[in-house]
Amino acid sequence: MSEQVKVVTLHGGLIALLLAMNFILPAYHHGNLARIMVLTSYAIGYNILFGYTGLLSLGHALFFAAGLYGMGLSILHFGFSPAPALAAGIAAGVLVSLVAGMLALRTAGVAFMIVTLMFAQAGHLTILLFGTYTRGDEGFVIQPAQRVLAGIDLSDPVNRYLAALVLFSTCLLATLWLVRRPAGRVLVAIRENEQRTRLLGYDAFRYKLAAVVISGTISAAAGATYGLLFGYAGATFATVQYSIFPLLWVLLGGAGTVIGPFLGTLFMFYLIDLTSGITTAYMLIAGVVLVLLTLFAPQGMAGELRRRLWGWLP
Amino acid sequence: MTSLLSTHGLGRDFSGLCAVHAVDFDLPEGQIRALIGPNGAGKTTFVSMLIGSIAPSAGRVEFDGRDITHLPAHRRVAFGMAYTFQVTSIFLRLTLAENVALAARRRLHGDAVAAEVGAALERVGLADHATEIAGNLSYGHQRLLEIAMGLAQRPRLLILDEPTQGLADSEIEAFKSLIRNLAPETTILLIEHNMGVVMDLAERITVLDFGAVLAEGSPSEIHSNAAVQTAYLGTG
Repeated sequence: MSEQVKVVTLHGGLIALLLAMNFILPAYHHGNLARIMVLTSYAIGYNILFGYTGLLSLGHALFFAAGLYGMGLSILHFGFSPAPALAAGIAAGVLVSLVAGMLALRTAGVAFMIVTLMFAQAGHLTILLFGTYTRGDEGFVIQPAQRVLAGIDLSDPVNRYLAALVLFSTCLLATLWLVRRPAGRVLVAIRENEQRTRLLGYDAFRYKLAAVVISGTISAAAGATYGLLFGYAGATFATVQYSIFPLLWVLLGGAGTVIGPFLGTLFMFYLIDLTSGITTAYMLIAGVVLVLLTLFAPQGMAGELRRRLWGWLP
Repeated sequence: MTSLLSTHGLGRDFSGLCAVHAVDFDLPEGQIRALIGPNGAGKTTFVSMLIGSIAPSAGRVEFDGRDITHLPAHRRVAFGMAYTFQVTSIFLRLTLAENVALAARRRLHGDAVAAEVGAALERVGLADHATEIAGNLSYGHQRLLEIAMGLAQRPRLLILDEPTQGLADSEIEAFKSLIRNLAPETTILLIEHNMGVVMDLAERITVLDFGAVLAEGSPSEIHSNAAVQTAYLGTG
């Protein structure tokens, strides 16, 4: 098999498998997987900036929340139907990531981490400050009647699962396409050696800004979809915890691999789900597993696969 | 001959320490020029100002009649300047082919990239290693890869910073014939310590000392210049 065929088989196979799961899984896991696919889309967005471009952001909750609130607030206050609300969420993501990117990219390294963290904190506090409109920590529910997209009721489990699968497949295939294009190769070049990339004639700032906006927009699309599918928007999604999650998922699954974010999110979700059934100190067990993985598979699950078995893994 | 690159009163000081002072430099199109000087003479600072990684504190730089003093490095490269680093700077975790492809894709698309990559690697003698990871190459081969990346850009001006450092004698011979073949389509600025290479290749030599131009002339003129001998060559 040529590399091209292997790549298509693996990623197409995963999507087909997830589609089949819709008909097989019991209700509990069916619901979990829908949630995992939306969160994976968030991680895929994060991975474009962190895994491929080499920029570590600690403030991606800002973009997730921009999508969530752009969608939610436009339903709550302007009575938008789901389609324009979704568009509003994505547009909010584009705008917020463009502004945040233009400012944060004036820094590099640790300063970039701190600046993105501060932006996200400012975003969280803004949501709390305008509590009259956003309902702050308490958040607000998006009623099932407000979640009917083109006649499809997104609060129905099967529809919800399929909608999540559409979002996930779109993000997965878009990343796959991007990283195999010349522009995607330039992002990797910036990650590997930014100075050399600039002296080959590439405008590194423009590429990095594009990476922030693509990454932020995918994160916002995930945020908007999350709110629409699960019917709730709250300030918790803008906290630092939600900035750290995608970092963990991507690190575990394999930074700079297309399939890594899915593996990482799936693993982490079920790790917490299973251990919390055993003990209330489930974060302790999760922590130990994380340490072990970092020790023995520092490149994450898909990274190890690429290193040991599948050198072609994109 | 028209001048491709020139500097006028170019200078740079680092918090009071003057590294380069009022350098007027003129490089005609098609020439192979060597820039030499003892350690600390300001060669690297001077070249960094040419390529745009250090901003000058005085004077200006012109390329092809255009004032590029305030342009960022990537814009200068787009105009046709290429630079190979003194300390090897390549993409260590990518393959040789991808390293060169990144250089070629600035001006080529599609299948033309692969052809250019093959040709550039062939010219430096690394064609057999195309799919290897650059970080696994020997130091000398990494230097050659840098040169291949320079070639793949098809620059009008190729600035080579200590290109033969770490090369074996046989590789140096190959390097010299490679550079000779590039002229006169490509103008070459060679910063070099190896005097054998300089004397063999350069049509003209500029000598920097204490941040200023000490002498400029043909290799034989420089060789017999008393001031240069004192400053740099020893009594040879």
